[in-house]
Amino acid sequence: MSSPVLFAEGLRKRFGGYYALDGFDLSVPAGTVCGLLGPNGAGKTTVLRILSTLMRPDGGRATVNGFDVARQAAEVRNHIGMIGQQSTVDDILTGRENLALWGRLYHLSAANARRRADELLEQFGLTAAGSKQVKHYSGGMRRRLDLASSFITAPSVMFLDEPTAGLDPRNRIEMWSAVRALALGGTTVLLTTQLLDEADQLADQIVLMDGGREIASGTPDELKARTGGDWIDVTVRNIAEIPAAAGVMARTAGGRLQTTPAENRVSAAVTNRQHALTDVTRALHAAGIDAEDVTLRRATLDEVFLLLTGQDLEGEEAS
Amino acid sequence: MSLTLPPITPAPMPRAPRSVLQRLRWLISDSWNVASRDLIHWIRQPVRLFSSVMYPVVSILIFGYVFGNAVMVVGGWNYREFLMPGLFGQSIVLGVGVTLVAIAEDTNRGVNNRFRTMPMSRAGYLAGRSIADLLNSTLDIVVLMLCGVAVGWTWHLGFGNVLIAFGLLMLLRVAMIWLGIFLGLIIKPENTSVVWTVLLPLTMFSDTFVSPQMMPEWLGTISEWNPLSATVGAIRELFGNPGWPGDSWVSTHPMVMAVVWPLAIIAVFWPLSVRRYRSMS
Repeated sequence: MSSPVLFAEGLRKRFGGYYALDGFDLSVPAGTVCGLLGPNGAGKTTVLRILSTLMRPDGGRATVNGFDVARQAAEVRNHIGMIGQQSTVDDILTGRENLALWGRLYHLSAANARRRADELLEQFGLTAAGSKQVKHYSGGMRRRLDLASSFITAPSVMFLDEPTAGLDPRNRIEMWSAVRALALGGTTVLLTTQLLDEADQLADQIVLMDGGREIASGTPDELKARTGGDWIDVTVRNIAEIPAAAGVMARTAGGRLQTTPAENRVSAAVTNRQHALTDVTRALHAAGIDAEDVTLRRATLDEVFLLLTGQDLEGEEAS
Repeated sequence: MSLTLPPITPAPMPRAPRSVLQRLRWLISDSWNVASRDLIHWIRQPVRLFSSVMYPVVSILIFGYVFGNAVMVVGGWNYREFLMPGLFGQSIVLGVGVTLVAIAEDTNRGVNNRFRTMPMSRAGYLAGRSIADLLNSTLDIVVLMLCGVAVGWTWHLGFGNVLIAFGLLMLLRVAMIWLGIFLGLIIKPENTSVVWTVLLPLTMFSDTFVSPQMMPEWLGTISEWNPLSATVGAIRELFGNPGWPGDSWVSTHPMVMAVVWPLAIIAVFWPLSVRRYRSMS
């Protein structure tokens, strides 16, 4: 396999008294999407800032396309695009003017900058809005314009810091589509997110972070398999039946148990996928428990995170 | 509308500049492009232009007519002949706030960080800010001068001196730009309004509106040493407008101080700003 496009080894970064990064490793192959997933303060943004040359690491090293981010920062900047958490496009300018201005800042000639602006508006689905001032754009359109503006010279690596933070579900899906279009074209993408769904949807490889280091990594499926793979959810009609249902499932499903009283639900990790559904249904019936719903599913990344850190992604301690 | 985009493919990037000449070309084009963003803003937001025209009109009314009629000028001059150079200087110093707010906004919106991840000249952004601010101040001064002429102010010693006076004002503006850049890089955007509260009195503890000799001694000394006093004193000399020089060395040598002060401020805040800009994140 060829060498990774993004590589980090033992990255450390200290702010005041604490380590935002404390020995972080990363390896992302060309043309793949890697998602850094973790709660606030896990160190995700710090990784992006170091790789995009905004910040120097206090220890360890990192390369982009083989160039060292600390010693060859100017070279690195020729290969990357970066979208921060805030939108950097200008409200007063139109979409086309924004792209043409950024094009000039990437040292295209005036004519090339205008031509590239039109191409990008087309590619990112913004042609119709090109002559409108950005202050009239929706959140999703603005985000796509951000993405387009950092894709002017079509860098081979794109960094996205929480690209859909603050977007409504429809705009989020539009943004995802743009990220997929980049990945399909061969751009290597490193994104941070607090949304499991986003990492699950976009990433080929997920790195779960907590306290400045990696706590697990792999494909979404591999990570889900870490909790035992499959879970069975039983929803009971009456909250009083939860303890009884939990007892039945502990005997029949065989794995860890988790109860969600607010939704009348008991979940259990499944050891024997083939028979789990029928075994549990039969045992519940035999115990006289009236289940409203019984489903077999893959574990969610939230469960993986909870299992590995004892916290959910919003940083709340598990009860 | 659901949106499905076709694959978007990367392309080779332009090479980083190798020669000194190419670097210089990048610096010039980067700074001009950053400045042009501001120029488009002015055209699209006539309110901003309007307020920069209204400011001198209101200042002349307040200081020239409301307070001015109570001020006596030695030699029986019209107070507005004394006032106008003070207003030119004040407008330049208040420019610190303009620079600072623009820098703080760009920093807050992440625009600076975007620039810093791009293959752009590092100095280009700061130079672009300076060009935009110098153009803005030029416009302010020209409008102020026209208003001044309308209320009886004029220059008495030739147009060459007017150009030199303009040069001194712009030199002070460059100093205020670097001060503003530095403050804009360190200040939190929610605190920028504090700047105006500090700046306004600073433009008054000087010989802008009245002679420091008429102030309590301690305040008069501060006012004589105020860099703004030097520039205002110098341009009064150049225009042939009345002044009230004190006895101290600084107040009798405004021409020297009008060059020394801005250069000293630039010498301190230029390197500080560049260092801060490089290391921020």
